[in-house]
Amino acid sequence: MKALLNQRNGVILLLLIAILFPLLVDNQYYNQVMILAFIWTIAVYGLNIVGGYTGQLSLAHAGFFAVGAYALGLLTVNGGLNFWLAFVLAIVITAGLGLVVGLVALRTKEHFFAIYTLIVGYIIYLVIYNWDSLTNGVRGLIGIPEPGSIGPLTFESMTSQYYLVLFFLVLTIFVVRRIIQSLTGRTFIAIRNSEDLAQTIGIPTMKVKLLSFVVSTAFAGLAGALYASFIRFIGPDIGYTTIVFDMLMYLIVGGIGTLAGPLVGTLLVVWITQSLQFLEDYRMIIFGPILVLLVIYYPRGIVGAYLEWKMNRTLKRTKQKSHVNHQKQQAEEG
Amino acid sequence: MDVLFQQILNGLTVGSVYSLVALGLTLVYGILHVPNFAHGALYMMGGYITLIAMTSLGLHYWLAIFCSIIVVALLAVLMERLVFHPLREAPPIHDKIAAIGILLFLEAFAQLVWGADYRRMPTPYGEVINVFGLTFTMQRLLVILGAVVSMILLYIFLKKTIIGATIIAMSQNREGAFLMGINSNRVAMMTFAISGALAAIAASLASPINLVFPGMGHLVILKAFVIIIIGGMGSIPGAIIGGYILGLAESLGATYISSNYSDVIAFALLVIILTVKPNGLFAKGVH
Repeated sequence: MKALLNQRNGVILLLLIAILFPLLVDNQYYNQVMILAFIWTIAVYGLNIVGGYTGQLSLAHAGFFAVGAYALGLLTVNGGLNFWLAFVLAIVITAGLGLVVGLVALRTKEHFFAIYTLIVGYIIYLVIYNWDSLTNGVRGLIGIPEPGSIGPLTFESMTSQYYLVLFFLVLTIFVVRRIIQSLTGRTFIAIRNSEDLAQTIGIPTMKVKLLSFVVSTAFAGLAGALYASFIRFIGPDIGYTTIVFDMLMYLIVGGIGTLAGPLVGTLLVVWITQSLQFLEDYRMIIFGPILVLLVIYYPRGIVGAYLEWKMNRTLKRTKQKSHVNHQKQQAEEG
Repeated sequence: MDVLFQQILNGLTVGSVYSLVALGLTLVYGILHVPNFAHGALYMMGGYITLIAMTSLGLHYWLAIFCSIIVVALLAVLMERLVFHPLREAPPIHDKIAAIGILLFLEAFAQLVWGADYRRMPTPYGEVINVFGLTFTMQRLLVILGAVVSMILLYIFLKKTIIGATIIAMSQNREGAFLMGINSNRVAMMTFAISGALAAIAASLASPINLVFPGMGHLVILKAFVIIIIGGMGSIPGAIIGGYILGLAESLGATYISSNYSDVIAFALLVIILTVKPNGLFAKGVH
């Protein structure tokens, strides 16, 4: 029984549930909510890499999300490009902009970095809003095509789009896990714990921070491109700073700096908000204080609290075990 | 020439509001080293409470402002006690997130209680004055006057009273202040109260010219951050001068460059400054 409950089986079970979800729940609306939640999860994974693991609180990610969405929208609608080519380009463009912004922004530290990125995000929003000839300004972009077919696979139905987004989500989690468990991921964490110390032991902190920032913007771009191709209408609002605060909330509730945090937090908050419809506009009345309480009492969110509980339990058990062994030994000797 | 003077007057009005908001922000930063993202929400609450006191309770403008100062100052103290105090030893990322949590809560609260509409604040000083070919409303003059008087009072408080001296001492050297037996809790609460009061004054003075709505603090707080970075984080004269420089730059920029992009001026300024000097202008070596 215990062997059945290990981590790998848990992941397989979750994946099975995710795959069977559209078949079990024959409800277009629920599927749509789930697709959106998955898209946000991808963006939050991006935010988690730079904010959670590298410890640099970036408040520009709504801007990068919007850049990804607008890049896809403009390349397909105005540029008439093939969907998947535009899709890849959207991610590349976002990451490229991330590189440029990161080069400058990451020279600043802590508070300055948060303020700087907040303002960069706002500038991206203002540019999208004011650059009427390119982005259509307030009116936004309409007629973004749905994802083009890949060989025999087409993405016209809601269910097929669900699987497409799920595929990218699983890919995201896989890639993030590989990064975090690699040496590179360790250097991220080293910088979060102490940038000066990391530099002292020979980590090229600027390079590593830049890498983490670019990867995180690439995920924001991916999420933005998926959003544009799923909703098929985008306006400048998707780049407004409140969106990054939403992402931050998902991340904090789930657990900043944990692998499962973005998934748990986003799904939980999105579903709570959906099931309590009256919360839609006023959700922050409840989630604002929750955010504050979590940061004070459970700074690593739900997943972090669970991990801590599990660790304490194993600690206690090993202690008990060694205690029992010790007593046995004494009895034998005596 | 008239246009220039008119724009300078407008710049002084806008700058007065910016300076007051930036002053509160810089005082809190000087004491706690927290960039209080929720400061914009205090500004917004200040606007609403004055408005409500005037329209619902039928109070006079000045009395309403007084109410607003008290309520927002208490709110700011509450914020310090409930949120920033427990987070004093936490890593730097936490208090920023907590501040964002407060901001989101207060905005949603305002929207729930007072609605999302833009509302106009009445003022007894609406008449238009015409001097030397310049036209301006009394309210604009009042903004400048009110701000200057508040700043002078703050200056006297900080320089001439013992409580003020403890605030200055703590912002200059935390450890030294502790060694002298300064009660850091009291100073922190006092600083938050002043910061809230300044935000309430700024919002109450500016709202008859602008409008009152839940998101009214967004742009103001972003610009206040620009100002305190220009003026040196934690510097009081820096916040005042920075506020007026930004106000003038914006109103002159709107006339002579482009009115669409006047908001961008402040942000472009910040991006340039931090690009050249990543630790801000006048970095004092505090973290």
